[in-house]
Amino acid sequence: MERYYQPEIECASRESILALQNERLVKQVRHVWDNVPYYRKKMEEKGVTPDDIQSVADLHKLPFLSKDDLREAYPYGLLAKPLKDCVRIQSTSGTTGKRVVAFYTQHDIDLWEDCCARAITAAGGTDEDVCQVCYGYGLFTGGPGLNGGSHKVGCLTLPMSSGNTDRQLQFMVDLQSTILCCTPSYAAYLAESIHERGLRDQIKLKAGIFGAEAWSEEMRRDIEKQLGIKAFDIYGLTETSGPGVAFECSEQTGMHINEDHFIAEIIDPNTGEVLPEGSKGELVFTSITKEAFPLLRYRTRDICVLTREKCSCGRTLVKMSKPMGRSDDMLIVKGVNVFPSQIEAVLIEQGYQANYQIIVDRINNSDTLDVLVEMTPENFSDSLGKITEMEKSLVAALKAMLGIYARVKLVAPKTIARSEGKAVRIIDKRKI
Amino acid sequence: MSIHQISVFLENRVGQLAQITQILAEHHIDLRALSIAETTDYGILRVIVDDTVKATDILLEQGFILSKTPVLVISVPDAPGGLAQVLALLAEGQLDIEYMYSLFTNQNGNAYMVFRVSDEAKFTALLQSHNIPIATSEELGIH
Repeated sequence: MERYYQPEIECASRESILALQNERLVKQVRHVWDNVPYYRKKMEEKGVTPDDIQSVADLHKLPFLSKDDLREAYPYGLLAKPLKDCVRIQSTSGTTGKRVVAFYTQHDIDLWEDCCARAITAAGGTDEDVCQVCYGYGLFTGGPGLNGGSHKVGCLTLPMSSGNTDRQLQFMVDLQSTILCCTPSYAAYLAESIHERGLRDQIKLKAGIFGAEAWSEEMRRDIEKQLGIKAFDIYGLTETSGPGVAFECSEQTGMHINEDHFIAEIIDPNTGEVLPEGSKGELVFTSITKEAFPLLRYRTRDICVLTREKCSCGRTLVKMSKPMGRSDDMLIVKGVNVFPSQIEAVLIEQGYQANYQIIVDRINNSDTLDVLVEMTPENFSDSLGKITEMEKSLVAALKAMLGIYARVKLVAPKTIARSEGKAVRIIDKRKI
Repeated sequence: MSIHQISVFLENRVGQLAQITQILAEHHIDLRALSIAETTDYGILRVIVDDTVKATDILLEQGFILSKTPVLVISVPDAPGGLAQVLALLAEGQLDIEYMYSLFTNQNGNAYMVFRVSDEAKFTALLQSHNIPIATSEELGIH
């Protein structure tokens, strides 16, 4: 039987959700206008005032926000509440070194955790469950979000954070975890380790909530079979709160967007024009309940499709497809956002030219990141030791910038394939 | 009395070395010595040729990354113990060898060893005080 955390919202009629959205949007635009000079200026430039926004139908009149805006306004430029009202930040890597910092009031955290609780409940979670959260805790939203949601549902929560597979498996067996929350690639890795160690009969998992990176239907079936569970997708981004912006139900045909908190639009990434329902385009979110960091019309750069087709789970919330790609060059590697521009900045800083190639692959269900860098005459040394040192220093600088390990390979000049004179920067070999 | 070695950056890729030797052959450049230092991903080719300037120009023209490094070439008797004597001197003088390799040439019962050491001046002095000859470019037909 399908379970709901907040059925009055999740199964509400389209009309009542729309009415809620209209009311909240009008209020939110006023809140932003009054408290965020950065966005107010954008509105003024477009000749829009809060009076022009009377309902969701007027949403298209508002200017967009992009990752560039977040960088420009870093750190406080988009903050809409006094710092004394904020209780938390979460963060993610941004372009060229500037991080994205999102602020939360206690109320914001409450609503975010509600969203995660809906996801856990949709996956079958109740207060009888043991929920093992192996997303990273800390600045990354994965751990804190699911942790909060798990508390709300009343699950016994295991705040494992990421890594340390031996310990993960020990707790999974000893404490009989029933719900697993982590990235799909880590779930696949855990599944493999469970089989290798012959623990399959000793685990009691029934469901998994896997997000923060792309995964295929094939990978889902594989994990489900190996662990004997039902695997659910979850979507979110730090800019809007974190995981739980959208979540999958038992039908597993897309993720329901929490429309009482976020209004979703699909736009043409080139023209910015709003596309009709069912079109493939870039996903744009407007936060209508967030107090501290209320982004209006934030361009996610994720390409997907929205559908309002009736869902067998009983929820009426609009569904988004799995992201089918990006309208920028961002890569997600091991759940971490990686921009080629970040890698370029490190190379230039270390005296290389911007001739590089990023190769992403998935080996044994784990993402790998290789960076090929062309050697320059200025950097070349006759000593192997010195070149090895340079390579190490590049690896360290990339780790500091990206937060993940990248294998660096120095190559001869002009060996990186160029198409029409421009180096082919990214090769993504992952089959997802 | 240094002789210049050409060091070329090599990617560990099939055919890279063949390409370089082919280029040198086409320009009638004779190799006097060759050595390769490598890691799993890349290497450094070190060569001594009969025409250093010409070889350098050609390789640069072909887009290779290289540097010219002064090295010492020492003639040692091509007989048991010939090299041991020189290495004993280096140890005695507390000098580090960055790398060494041998020339293809063998003249008058002597073999030639290429040395790159931590302190070239000190090494030269040690060799001179022990009457160990340092090879000249004329002797090796290098110009």
